[in-house]
Amino acid sequence: MAEMVTLTIDGIEVKAPVGSTVLDAAKSAGIKIPTLCFLKEINEIGACRMCVVDTGARSLQAACVYPVSEGLKVVTNSPAVREARKVTLELILSNHERKCLSCVRSNNCELQQLAKDLNIEDIRFDGETYDFCVDDASPSIVRDPNKCVLCRRCVSMCKNIQGVAAIETMERGFKTIVSSPFNMSLNDVPCVNCGQCITVCPVGALKEKDDTQKVWDAIANKELHVVVQTAPAVRVAIAEEFGNPVGSRATGKMVTALRKLGFDKVFDTDTAADLTIMEEGTELLGRIQNGGKLPVITSCSPGWIKYCEHNYPEFLENLSSCKSPQNMFGAVLKSYYADKMEIDPKKMFVVSVMPCTAKKFEVQRPELGTDCYSDVDVSITTRELARMIKEAGIDFNNLEETHFDDPMGDATGAAVIFGATGGVMEAALRTVADILDNTDHAEIEYKAVRGVEGIKEAEVEMGGMKVKAAVAHGLGNAKKLLDKIKAGEAEYHFVEIMACPGGCVNGGGQPIQPATVRNEVDLRAERAKAIYVEDESLPIRKSHKNEKMMKLYEEYFEKPGSHKAHKYLHTHYVARENYPDDCSEGCC
Amino acid sequence: MQIYRSHILVCGGTGCTASKSLEIISELESHINANSLQNEVKVVKTGCFGLCEKGPILVIYPEGATYVTVAPSDVKEIVEEHLVKGRIVKRLLPKDAKLAEVVTSLDKVDFFARQMRIALRNCGVINPEVIDEYIACDGYKALGKVLTEMKPADVIAEIKKSGLRGRGGGGFPTGVKWELASKPVADQKYVCCNADEGDPGAFMDRSVLEGDPHSVIEAMAIAGYAIGASQGYIYIRAEYPIAVERLQIAIKQAKEYGLLGKNIFDSDFSFDLELRLGAGAFVCGEETALMTSIEGKRGEPRPRPPFPANEGLWRKPTVLNNVETYANIPSIINNGADWFASIGTEKSKGTKVFAIGGKINNTGLVEIPMGTTLREVVYDIGGGIPNGKKFKAAQTGGPSGGCIPAQLIDTPIDYDTLIQLGSMMGSGGLIVMDEDNCMVDIAKFFLEFTVDESCGKCPPCRIGTKRMYEILERITEGKGEESDIEKLEILAKNIKASALCGLGQTAPNPILSTLKYFRDEYDAHIKDKKCPAGVCKSLLKFVIDADKCKGCSLCQRKCPTNAISGEIKKPYVIDQDKCIKCGACMDACKFKAIEKKA
Repeated sequence: MAEMVTLTIDGIEVKAPVGSTVLDAAKSAGIKIPTLCFLKEINEIGACRMCVVDTGARSLQAACVYPVSEGLKVVTNSPAVREARKVTLELILSNHERKCLSCVRSNNCELQQLAKDLNIEDIRFDGETYDFCVDDASPSIVRDPNKCVLCRRCVSMCKNIQGVAAIETMERGFKTIVSSPFNMSLNDVPCVNCGQCITVCPVGALKEKDDTQKVWDAIANKELHVVVQTAPAVRVAIAEEFGNPVGSRATGKMVTALRKLGFDKVFDTDTAADLTIMEEGTELLGRIQNGGKLPVITSCSPGWIKYCEHNYPEFLENLSSCKSPQNMFGAVLKSYYADKMEIDPKKMFVVSVMPCTAKKFEVQRPELGTDCYSDVDVSITTRELARMIKEAGIDFNNLEETHFDDPMGDATGAAVIFGATGGVMEAALRTVADILDNTDHAEIEYKAVRGVEGIKEAEVEMGGMKVKAAVAHGLGNAKKLLDKIKAGEAEYHFVEIMACPGGCVNGGGQPIQPATVRNEVDLRAERAKAIYVEDESLPIRKSHKNEKMMKLYEEYFEKPGSHKAHKYLHTHYVARENYPDDCSEGCC
Repeated sequence: MQIYRSHILVCGGTGCTASKSLEIISELESHINANSLQNEVKVVKTGCFGLCEKGPILVIYPEGATYVTVAPSDVKEIVEEHLVKGRIVKRLLPKDAKLAEVVTSLDKVDFFARQMRIALRNCGVINPEVIDEYIACDGYKALGKVLTEMKPADVIAEIKKSGLRGRGGGGFPTGVKWELASKPVADQKYVCCNADEGDPGAFMDRSVLEGDPHSVIEAMAIAGYAIGASQGYIYIRAEYPIAVERLQIAIKQAKEYGLLGKNIFDSDFSFDLELRLGAGAFVCGEETALMTSIEGKRGEPRPRPPFPANEGLWRKPTVLNNVETYANIPSIINNGADWFASIGTEKSKGTKVFAIGGKINNTGLVEIPMGTTLREVVYDIGGGIPNGKKFKAAQTGGPSGGCIPAQLIDTPIDYDTLIQLGSMMGSGGLIVMDEDNCMVDIAKFFLEFTVDESCGKCPPCRIGTKRMYEILERITEGKGEESDIEKLEILAKNIKASALCGLGQTAPNPILSTLKYFRDEYDAHIKDKKCPAGVCKSLLKFVIDADKCKGCSLCQRKCPTNAISGEIKKPYVIDQDKCIKCGACMDACKFKAIEKKA
């Protein structure tokens, strides 16, 4: 139990642990202090001055970083404090591009909410405003500095949590801007497109590249057979966009909504996740048995792949050669499924709905296509799907629940858990253990690899050997793990890395929850819970028991790791320079 | 040791260097050689004498003859007359306005007579690049005393007793600061020196570092001993190349002499020192921003608490003092706290160095006892206002400070009186203004500086100062509205209350103090659309007095926009629509026929 101190906030005596802040203590006393830049454990810098309180010091202090102390007296709601907050907010608004009606974050904007909460009626201090270029060259992320409030949550996320540091605060004074080095586009710097910056942005300064029109156009094109596939993490988050609590499962409603949108077939990416386990599991066993490069590192997360290509090219050989489930599935659709349904692959349009902005980059990778077709034509995020559903006038919450289409709509619990950190690892262990031990294990939950701890390790006895595994989520953790492996301080057979903290459930394309929610609820844990409930609810929970997928091998790919499987289901990687010599400065 | 009959001290500070003092030194050496005096006369390159207005300066001892505004071409005469024939070159002596006669000794010049030099004690006296000269002036005696005779707690007690307060602006008691940093138990502590002097027109710290770098090094080692730190950093702006070079030389020499490094004076105390160069961001003079910058990050302040005494550089207990503060320390140790505390006022002890500039005859560097009045500084030391103009106000504290108006010229200068007047001591910039200065324009000038130098972290400073600047710009352009004053007051009050660091919190001071003392000038700009001082161009017009104009056409030829027309020998006229108010015509007119009209 931490040592406690007693302080007074607005006349109320409050007990708070040493090391906590005035903001924490006020919350425990039921006093709400407005915040803007503060994001618990991610951005605690006292920059925005919205949470100022009177501590009796010469000037007002930021409650989010002011430590509690014995006998401290705090006033959070005096005329002076209210006026200071209001003036600061008016100043921020005076330099904010107030195009709220057409902003993607309208009604989900923390600045808008603050203006409402603080009763801003007029902005008295108008003057010069930002006039920066919008950076929309990246396939994944659009950056609009004119809406930026310089809270720096994105910078903290990119630099401190992800260790990518593609953006930083630049220039000084009124010219201060969050930008990439030399104002280059995010497309030209080692940004990995994870989109975590978007999910922490309180306003509309960062958003995903909107690809919904491409999808609408495809649906409207009668020539095309338009197929949609959805990743496991989407189903446990999309309901948040329709006012439901974090962690709500809505698989059936989502499938119905997709049908109503007009897709010809609604498939489950999970089928390809099972396929991934077969291919990756075979690859792992092969490398263990034949003295191949170890550890095998997973390749499902395109943000992680790009990070590895930029920063750890020495590990490219460790990466599993398996395409990500999204692309595997696209390849299967345009080969096996096209053959079977007698559809010209040229006339097939594959849309993926992903919790991820990096998938938008991934679908463009030239090596991710077979027979001259891109595996996937367009990838949209959970948020974009929600916008399409709203635009189409579909009453999501009252939809009936329906099931994915056959023949690619049945997957296992092993595939569903791909959505949470540790899921790929657990799914692989379920299959590899059965194969090595040549049995059907009943104990299939590998809890050591579950949960939100940054780096997780497990040692599992199977087939007379100890398989050593490690899981990292969030690229900052990945960096720590890789450095350990590089330094020879740790040895593993199999390593799972996901770019986003918490894995795909907390991906950069998932619904955005404001700081008021994020500071209270661990999105990673709540959405993961829903994933594991879905896993438990499924009759088959091991990939190699997926009969439809095994049929796929029988009818088309022969066996995991076959020549044909390699042609369609595997890929390769390229080392990328971070700042090549010919890179050029940005436009403004 | 070689004995010389004459020593020539030549200022090697930045100001005199810029006006060719190094060339003067080489000229001196060659003429001395030509006259075979090299074994009789020694040339010494020193730090700043302070009377920068009259630079380059050289002083020849034993006579104490001070030659001012010396040019390399004067050197031959100085050598041949003074050194060979023993005749003082009178034309190069300073002409004191009051005495109206030549003086041969610095002490007799008013500029120097009223000063008391503690921090600047060795500036202009020793060669800062030779450690032996510092040692000859009691250098490193204080460090020796501290390490061999005093416990760390005694050192802190002595500094506390002296009443020394931080010379960087805040005025926090130095001994208390050291005491706070001495308390936490930590595996590593740091001593830092703030040499990131950035106020417009201020060069006190530069002069100390250029003229007497060892005094700072010695003091930092003393501070290290007092708080238990073994590593120090001097954060100095890269725009001070001479100071950087002399510090590098001084640190190297101190290490060679064992005055830095392991087991100093055979004690258990070890202390090492490194330089860190700043890129010139004003905000890096703020202590937390300075430390963040030393850590290699973007120089931005961080919220306090935690205070540096507990969590400073790399989150370790740290003492950070300004150059001038350190420069006082060896004297306090050598002469005792009581001696120091006997100088100055009740709550402001010792002396303060000011860089005096603006509308004043003796621009330069002065060190005066606390409590000296502004009148003494301006009229006695500063030699008054040029061209017989009237004193209007003095600005202290740079962009964080405020103006002291003429009616308060007899205020004794110390930390507390300046705060009471709505200004502050700051690091020691003192800018004098006369009747030709527009106070709204002055406020705008300082605010422009803050707008540029804001780090951009917090909105009150980043956007608020910009908005205040925009309002001032409107007012000086004649577009001000009566509600603008209220807006300025609201912004000023709230920026002071809620900005993250001292830079933002004090940024409104130039506006608040000019509003307080010169409200009528604001009103004149807003209501009458007039600039009483005739500074704000948008509110002026240039007109030709037909009675005085001789029709010479000179103004017409000087006008860059062809705004002036007329016939020879008849009065010319200015087309106000074309006039850009550059004033070229007024400067050109030999008959004073062109007037600025508010």
